[in-house]
Amino acid sequence: MSDTVNYKQITVDGLWSNNVVFAQMLALCPLLAVTGTATNGLGMGLASTVVMVASGLVVSLLRGLITPHVRIPSFVLIIACLVTLVDMAMNAWVHDLYKVLGLFIPLIVTNCAILGRAESFAFRQAPFAAAYDGLMMGLGFTFALTLLGAVREILGSGTLFANAPLLLGDAFAFMELVLIPDYKGFLLLILPPGGFLMLGFILAVKRLIDNKVTKKREAKEETAVSVEEALA
Amino acid sequence: MSDDVKENEDVKKEETEDTKAEAPKISFREKIPYQAILLGGFALAASTLLATGNESTQAAIAERLREDLLSSLEEVVPQKTHSNDLLEDIITLPRADGTEATIYRGQKNGQVTALAYGMVGQGYAGAISVIMGVDATGEILGVRVLSHAETPGLGDKIEVAKNNWITKFTGLSFDNLVPEKWKVKKDGGHFDQFSGATITPRAVVSAVTKGLNFYKDNKEKLLEVKK
Repeated sequence: MSDTVNYKQITVDGLWSNNVVFAQMLALCPLLAVTGTATNGLGMGLASTVVMVASGLVVSLLRGLITPHVRIPSFVLIIACLVTLVDMAMNAWVHDLYKVLGLFIPLIVTNCAILGRAESFAFRQAPFAAAYDGLMMGLGFTFALTLLGAVREILGSGTLFANAPLLLGDAFAFMELVLIPDYKGFLLLILPPGGFLMLGFILAVKRLIDNKVTKKREAKEETAVSVEEALA
Repeated sequence: MSDDVKENEDVKKEETEDTKAEAPKISFREKIPYQAILLGGFALAASTLLATGNESTQAAIAERLREDLLSSLEEVVPQKTHSNDLLEDIITLPRADGTEATIYRGQKNGQVTALAYGMVGQGYAGAISVIMGVDATGEILGVRVLSHAETPGLGDKIEVAKNNWITKFTGLSFDNLVPEKWKVKKDGGHFDQFSGATITPRAVVSAVTKGLNFYKDNKEKLLEVKK
């Protein structure tokens, strides 16, 4: 662990190369449960992001107090407490959204990605870096949820971002799209097995992209090496 | 993951080496009482936080739940049928299966004009709870599904947001549709089923029928106005 924090690395890790879903394969339980539509995915992702930032911050602030022996129960306590607070606050002040997402908020506690980040990052980093890592991991998670939700929603029911105004307010009504009018629906994709199947396809695409990028980089390095050899 | 564990061990090792250099005794941090106090302190702090949070959101949440209840009541009991606040006139009566039903009563000119109460049917994937409004003559004012766990895309057509099927109950009673006809068409009754889902509409029809029987059995008590 170096003292200087590489924010660019944290950003890339959180959003892509160490993405909670696409690379770490964590948090599949909330993932499959809520990604029937893109809007639900987005809402769940944003709620999880809030908890991840807060838990990163709190764990990092308290890391001087917590000993390695009792760190896991301490983390669980902190995360459960934060999630319950978010749950109550949403129920009281954004009730319409709560009616859509309410069932899934307690599920955030079961999101092992949050515990994983507390354990492997926040516990040994400065508060700001930990909060930033939480933000990036959360945004990466949101990206994964929204992408999977969007694909399942388009193929499963022919719409995109249905009920978005419920989540974001009436100003975002333009996001509600009916892409395939009179679509009969494809039930498999709306049900959890469809989530598994689609996740598999998305992972395959991610691997393909990663492979291409590495090949390009290797090719560049090779040419660089041969140029150096030629000069020598 | 294994890397993390290794790192953790490294951290631990460093710590013990540090303490060895400073003092030969084990530091307080490594002792059991510290861990106990730490966890206890965290539990205390968490419960204080949650209690404060609960205290400050309780009133707002209760208000939201009241609004929710009122808006679902208004869906099954139109505003024009009554002049009082439905949440002010509440009675409870036992249902046929022994459970307690809460009845919200609408009154106009000292007479009970509308009743709203919940009924439960057994669907394909668990209980389907409906709320229904009935006027003083036993005619249905409206039915809505409050909660269900039916298959999305098949059974969820009982939600008014997805399909107008549930609105077809409005205006019906045992007087204009004989009790034998309160079934889905597949069973020789009056109501449409959905393609691919018969159990769900059957459950809703049976819940509504139970509701009308409940009205028939308790008519006098339901319409009695206490002075």
